[in-house]
Amino acid sequence: MADATADRPSAVLSIHRRPWFWAWVASAVAFVATLMLTEGRGGGDLLSAALTFASFSAIVGIGQMFVITLGPGNVDLSIPATMTLAGTLSLKFMDGATGLILPGLAVALGVGLGAGVTNYLLIRVLRIPPIIATLSASFLYQSLAIWSNRGLRIKPPAALSDFTTGATLGVPNLALVGLGIALAAWLLLERSTFGRWISAFGQNERAARLSGVPVEFVRAVTFIGAAALAGLTGYLLASFSGGAALNMGQEYLLISIAVVVIGGCSIAGGYSNVPGIWGGALFMFLIVSMLNSYGLGAGVRLIVTGAIIIAIVAAASGKEST
Amino acid sequence: MATETPLVALSDARMHFGAVRALDGVSLTIRPGECVGLIGHNGAGKSTAVNVINGGLAPTAGTVTYALPDGSTGTGPAAARAAGIRSVFQELSLCPNLTVEENLRIPQRDLTGPGWRRRAARRISNALDAVFPGHRIRPKTTVGDLSLAERQMVEIAMGFAEGAAPARLVILDEPTSSLDASIAHHLMDHVKAFCARGGAVIFISHMLGEVFEVATRIDVMKDGKITDSRPRDGFTQQGLIDAMGHVASAPAEARRAASAAERIGEDVLLRTEEGLTARRGEIVGLSGLAGHGQAEALARFFLSRSAGMGHARRPEVVFVAGDRARDGIMPLWSILRNVSLTTLSALSRRGLVDRDAEARVGEDWRKRIGIRTGNMSNNILSLSGGNQQKVLFARSLASPAPIVVMDDPMRGVDVGTKREAYDMIRAEAEKGRTFLWYSTETEEVCRCDRVFVFRNGRISAELTGDEISEQHILAASFEMQEAAE
Repeated sequence: MADATADRPSAVLSIHRRPWFWAWVASAVAFVATLMLTEGRGGGDLLSAALTFASFSAIVGIGQMFVITLGPGNVDLSIPATMTLAGTLSLKFMDGATGLILPGLAVALGVGLGAGVTNYLLIRVLRIPPIIATLSASFLYQSLAIWSNRGLRIKPPAALSDFTTGATLGVPNLALVGLGIALAAWLLLERSTFGRWISAFGQNERAARLSGVPVEFVRAVTFIGAAALAGLTGYLLASFSGGAALNMGQEYLLISIAVVVIGGCSIAGGYSNVPGIWGGALFMFLIVSMLNSYGLGAGVRLIVTGAIIIAIVAAASGKEST
Repeated sequence: MATETPLVALSDARMHFGAVRALDGVSLTIRPGECVGLIGHNGAGKSTAVNVINGGLAPTAGTVTYALPDGSTGTGPAAARAAGIRSVFQELSLCPNLTVEENLRIPQRDLTGPGWRRRAARRISNALDAVFPGHRIRPKTTVGDLSLAERQMVEIAMGFAEGAAPARLVILDEPTSSLDASIAHHLMDHVKAFCARGGAVIFISHMLGEVFEVATRIDVMKDGKITDSRPRDGFTQQGLIDAMGHVASAPAEARRAASAAERIGEDVLLRTEEGLTARRGEIVGLSGLAGHGQAEALARFFLSRSAGMGHARRPEVVFVAGDRARDGIMPLWSILRNVSLTTLSALSRRGLVDRDAEARVGEDWRKRIGIRTGNMSNNILSLSGGNQQKVLFARSLASPAPIVVMDDPMRGVDVGTKREAYDMIRAEAEKGRTFLWYSTETEEVCRCDRVFVFRNGRISAELTGDEISEQHILAASFEMQEAAE
């Protein structure tokens, strides 16, 4: 249970019952399996790369987690397009100027907020189901990105580029950002009134409304917050990879949902956890690098990845029911 | 010829659902040519009786025997079908995505093979023409595109339509609830003609005028038994209402009178669009037959007063759900979290829940309301239904909201819990809270200070003080006018 109401002394012993446990186990196994091939060399580099790439997945995954917690049918499919649009517009705005790094961040967050508000209004005012609303809106955002990009690849400011690829005390800066966001999300989900409201909404929206939960406020903040995190990720990813590309968000549609599922959150809503998102994000990177280093082709890699995801979800749900 | 053999005969039929005795020994026979009016208050057992007669439910004890067309007798759902027993239900049961003719295929299983639609269309058209002359329903219309009245007409026509086993007993459960007077009159005429041709009808309606018009015999049900059965002319309308009721418990009235005077404020605290009014400290009951708009009125009132963020912090009105799974319980959460949901904003500082304060509130209410659990962090579903209901009471009453809306909160709750809840409601009212209390149990409504009786979505009577009695509530629940001519 997500209940942290009783801090039982047996918490350490029952750690395997935690929903995020299997995602972390799988990540550790993938990590060790990769290192076995290299006989232990390059462990630090692999960890550093995993933390960096996983932080992108974790940040969008946290946004997606809050949306999925709202219950069946709630999912944000516009995350890739929002990332692309935010990355494109913010880099175009900064145009390589170091002094515009923070205003550029504001532009990226603004794009995210705008996309979130649009998504919410489509859902609320036009009463379009979230899946359809965010999917159709994503075409709009993607078109805007194409229109403003016009094939140009603008480099990020050097200082920003250095920050996103750099490390502090050996830990990649992006991982620190991702961990900071995860900490804030954990506080929000587990300790705040708002987190309770989201969980109540996801378990039974009607009952939540009748219990005085401001359900429309919860819905709006959740969708807008998820899009803002997507905007931030677009900004970081574009800066990290030396410029915005129109397909930069593509793989994050599946990843954002996969990390939520692998992380042990209930796809039926109402029951989520933040550690699992990071576990899932690390796993999604490590499994690919493990299969790569074993020299498996793209086709086999996808099949094995899919099979492992199914195995983790099955293991986690088996534990949940005990 | 066949007047001697009953179409259907129930002999001491009993139907128990757990401890609930929905039917408690019903014996009745229905012969060709009879139209039996079946009346009774909510939960008297009418619907169960219908389902036992049509073979949908096998009685726990006793027998149901059908006369088959070949002169033999049989039991069970297949025999019921072969005997030509048809039911038309109060809740519209057509499939809205299918056409009228396709809906006829569902009960009539002989409509198969090439050209079944044509045959279905002919059968339903003939039936509609016979029952509702002048109707404008085409068999190819999708049911979802029909009006409520037209759907009800189709359902009724399906009951009388030609089929593999011709209709010999048609059970009509509230058939006129969506029909206007002139269309209802067509139905009355058809029922009379059908019975004159040797058919039989069971007619259930809260429109006593209609029952008096068509029935040849009236059976009154109460507490799962038939308490009175006479030819129509043996009843007067008032006599029928008296036969349905029983005397309200005296102590409740005595206690009410004692404390009400000082408890209830002078000014009207709230007024809804339906005309509900309540004063400070008043316990206001909503009554009438189930499904006549009481729950909707409460939900509308609650939703209109609870929107926005301000409400989360300082709720003006709180809701106690009776349909726990649908409207109340958070199934993934602990008992404590279920209790604290409505008061969460008040228990938090800078957006974070003060978990010590939350635990104190939970412990306080566990003691006050007697939630039987060893640990408030156990899952809510570990509690029995009655204790879950206590949690929902605690959730609402833990907030300082001055108005408490209760939507039949004692549904499926044991007697002991009910008594505790009654005492608690009274105690809270004495502290100045106002209660709006919808209940399907007349005995509970008789505990209120003021009662509004609903009929067809509107308030048909407002009762106060000594006027609050089962007799008056029943009288206001049932339509007293004669059926329109």
